[in-house]
Amino acid sequence: MTDNNRGIGEAVVRREDSRFLQGRGQYTDDMNLAGQLFACIVRSQHAHATINSIDGSAAMAMDGVVSVLTHEDFAAYGGVPCGWGVNNKDGSPMAEPKHPILAEGVARHVGDPVAVVIAESPIIARNAAEHVQVSYSELPAVVSMQQALDASAKPIHGDTESNLCFDWELGDREAVDQAIAGAHHVTKLELINNRLVPNAMEPRCAIGDYNSATGDHTLYTTSQNPHVIRLLMGAFVLQIPEHKLRVVSPDVGGGFGSKIYHYAEEAIVTVAAMKLGKPVKWTSDRTEAFISDAHGRDHITTVELALDREGNFLALRESTHANMGAYLSTFAPAVPTYLHSTLLAGQYRTPVIYAEVKAVFTNTVVVDAYRGAGRPEASYLVERVVETAAREMGIDPVELRRKNFIKSFPHDTPVALTYDSGDYAATLDQAMIASDYAGFEARRAEAKQRGKLRGIGIACYVEACGVAPSNIAGALGARAGLYEAATIRVNPTGSISVLTGSHSHGQGHETTFSQLVADKLGIDYDSIDVVHGDTNRIPFGMGTYGSRSLAVGGTAIVNAVDKIIAKGKKIAAHLLEASEADIEFENGEFRVAGTDKMKPFAEIALTAYVPHNFPLEELEPGLEETAFYDPKNFTFPAGTYVCEVEIDPDTGTTEIVSFHASDDFGRIINPMIVEGQVHGGLVQGIGQALLEGCVYDTDSGQLISGSYMDYTMPRADDVPSFSVDTCVTECTHNPLGVKGCGEAGAIGAPPAVMNAIIDALSDYNVRHLDMPATPNKIWSIIHKASAAAA
Amino acid sequence: MSVSVVMTVNGEVVAKHVEDRTLLVEFLREHLRLTGTHVGCDTSQCGACVVHANGKSLKSCTALAVQMDGAEITTIEGLANGDVLHPMQEAFRQNHGLQCGFCTPGMVMSAVDLVNENPDPSETEIREWLEGNICRCTGYHNIVKSISAGAKAMREGDPT
Ligand code: FES
Ligand code: FES
Repeated sequence: MTDNNRGIGEAVVRREDSRFLQGRGQYTDDMNLAGQLFACIVRSQHAHATINSIDGSAAMAMDGVVSVLTHEDFAAYGGVPCGWGVNNKDGSPMAEPKHPILAEGVARHVGDPVAVVIAESPIIARNAAEHVQVSYSELPAVVSMQQALDASAKPIHGDTESNLCFDWELGDREAVDQAIAGAHHVTKLELINNRLVPNAMEPRCAIGDYNSATGDHTLYTTSQNPHVIRLLMGAFVLQIPEHKLRVVSPDVGGGFGSKIYHYAEEAIVTVAAMKLGKPVKWTSDRTEAFISDAHGRDHITTVELALDREGNFLALRESTHANMGAYLSTFAPAVPTYLHSTLLAGQYRTPVIYAEVKAVFTNTVVVDAYRGAGRPEASYLVERVVETAAREMGIDPVELRRKNFIKSFPHDTPVALTYDSGDYAATLDQAMIASDYAGFEARRAEAKQRGKLRGIGIACYVEACGVAPSNIAGALGARAGLYEAATIRVNPTGSISVLTGSHSHGQGHETTFSQLVADKLGIDYDSIDVVHGDTNRIPFGMGTYGSRSLAVGGTAIVNAVDKIIAKGKKIAAHLLEASEADIEFENGEFRVAGTDKMKPFAEIALTAYVPHNFPLEELEPGLEETAFYDPKNFTFPAGTYVCEVEIDPDTGTTEIVSFHASDDFGRIINPMIVEGQVHGGLVQGIGQALLEGCVYDTDSGQLISGSYMDYTMPRADDVPSFSVDTCVTECTHNPLGVKGCGEAGAIGAPPAVMNAIIDALSDYNVRHLDMPATPNKIWSIIHKASAAAA
Repeated sequence: MSVSVVMTVNGEVVAKHVEDRTLLVEFLREHLRLTGTHVGCDTSQCGACVVHANGKSLKSCTALAVQMDGAEITTIEGLANGDVLHPMQEAFRQNHGLQCGFCTPGMVMSAVDLVNENPDPSETEIREWLEGNICRCTGYHNIVKSISAGAKAMREGDPT
């Protein structure tokens, strides 16, 4: 083994950082192609309106304007597709209205793209866009889900019967109804999971390029999954076959789900570049991002938990309305259904569970997966209702959870999942000690002396990462596979290129995946390079989302490495004149077992490419292997989070005074990167609980929280430093034993924070409070209670 | 209207004719192709565009290029000393102070200015200073840690 191995478990400093720290990253907007033109999109300023006419002549007359495109220019192409179909309770398919690239006669949300101006500079394009005359007749907008489902509401799509997209269910309704009817205690909560705007710091950008001599298209785009875009946009929208379309996603500045989807702008620049014979670039500004990036969450839920006298959970029932926005984004139908209700068991043995979810079209931006995607909503409702039940029944909330924990694995939940591993009690214990849970009452008393209301809240979340296997996902409506692909290319002198279908947009794959390969092959970490984000360089890939990259993409890499080792053994057996069965591979050396006869990895590599002494009749030259890995099951990370808050009763402001996270992510490759993922997720979760909320005006459908002046992003002084640790049980069905860590923080933090706030307000008789728990809401509660007492 | 601007950017004198409304950030990114300075918003909130103008941090989306006529500008590309990272860059690297890297140039430039003003900032002072820099990835924990470590290194070392 080399002394520069940097294998599994080491907190290796990230290799991608050198370029980012020196301003040498290459994000899509950093690229300019020769002769490039610039697109500016004219977007609807109405939530719902008929488009009577579009007159681009004044814009066209301006110096430097090259083209104005409208729906007619895209008439030959398909609409933006949806990648997951969900069925209604009666088995009929969901309503799937057309999602045109540019609005076709009707604009359905503020920000709906209506026309495109293409010009020689971004400024000219922007100025000219102001001169495109669009004549609208406003239609009544349905902004809230209640409005949309009202009997008097007109469907916003001409081709659907109502604004109901689907009415779906999961679980045994009858058994749940019975259990609830006969229960000793039923806790019922109505709660809202607030709509969020993902806000990756890099706004989306796309550059289309077309070579008319070869017929080759290239799309540079800010995507988490370039191969998926090639498939969706190429095959379903523009009918460009894969071999004629290259999709490149270079450095991408954060995604959090919002850069999974195929967006209209990608098709727009691709078509425009072909029509105009020049590259066309579109860069979103932040205002545009607010009204065109897919939003997240937006559920309204009623949940009931039935318990017996001792506090054993008997049944859980959920009824949710989920906002889809104006159209179906790529994975939107899966989020409130298969990625959500399947997690309703949480960490508990609840014997029967029933969920019904109605998805609704409204005149708002599309809603799709955002960090956690359905699982934060599940964890929130479970952990809020469990906490509330504990309070109602006078049982310690920690003990109520512990009592109901799943204790043996594998465990089949009543909502279709099989958890393979975990040790929930151990994780909880670890968190209790690390957070000094036992010492809380003293801290509360001390805070009280300072005039502060201190509260503690816990959340025990479970999540499911790496949606799988493909055949089951397909049976549940997925219109794509959910495997991952990797190629290990051993170069002649023994250096290695890892070609991965996963995509890194902050996760540090270049480091983690190199560690994996260095560890498996026992070779120098610096001789390994990771290539991602280019459909022409990588065989295939499904990309990065749902914390799948290590569990699925990492396993594909390991499987490809295993194939390399297997072939290497054959070559070594030939060179060492031994039988293949006697060759062992360890620490970068192929050795005849029990002897000192050995060939180093690099020599095997060179022999494969210079096959002068090589078993050519049995073996092909070269050393490159590809693996496609389709997981057998999801992985199930889980953890306990403990949050302590102090509320200032005079102002209603909440300060998070401490936050501890104990997570079980399975085996850990790079602990430094894992901690960073937890920190980032926690702040997104805390942001949802305290600060963030996407607000539409319910009459006009205007987005009120449409900029950083109005939408409260968590900033450094809103959050504390965190205490995090891990408690490991290995995943049983992937060779690395890994589970995934990308979304945990965003899943576990909201209920922990809200439970802490409710605890802090325990003197004020507050049973529930919806997120975000703004100072105004909290102050009003305190103020009302004080007024009533006076 | 086209105007001429002359400024020193990362130690080199540059002279260009630009549209009068050209923002400093556009001047840096599009005219000089210094794309390390990023644009994350359009309301002067995110800080992805922070550079140093005459030694002080400045949101380059908030100034016109012509306003900077005669100024000395340092961008993230000009911070390292050849191949040797500035102590603040090195601290971010060692402490995992970045994930996607998009906010990073602004964070680092802002942090250097903080330490120039306050060589030994407390965690609270660091967090307050970062009010104008948004990061969506890191949760700030490791950024704060990086800046503390960077401040220490700047105090101890030769801050080039
Ligand atoms: S781009 Fe300058 S503050 Fe956001
Ligand atoms: S590292 Fe991605 S926004 Fe800060």
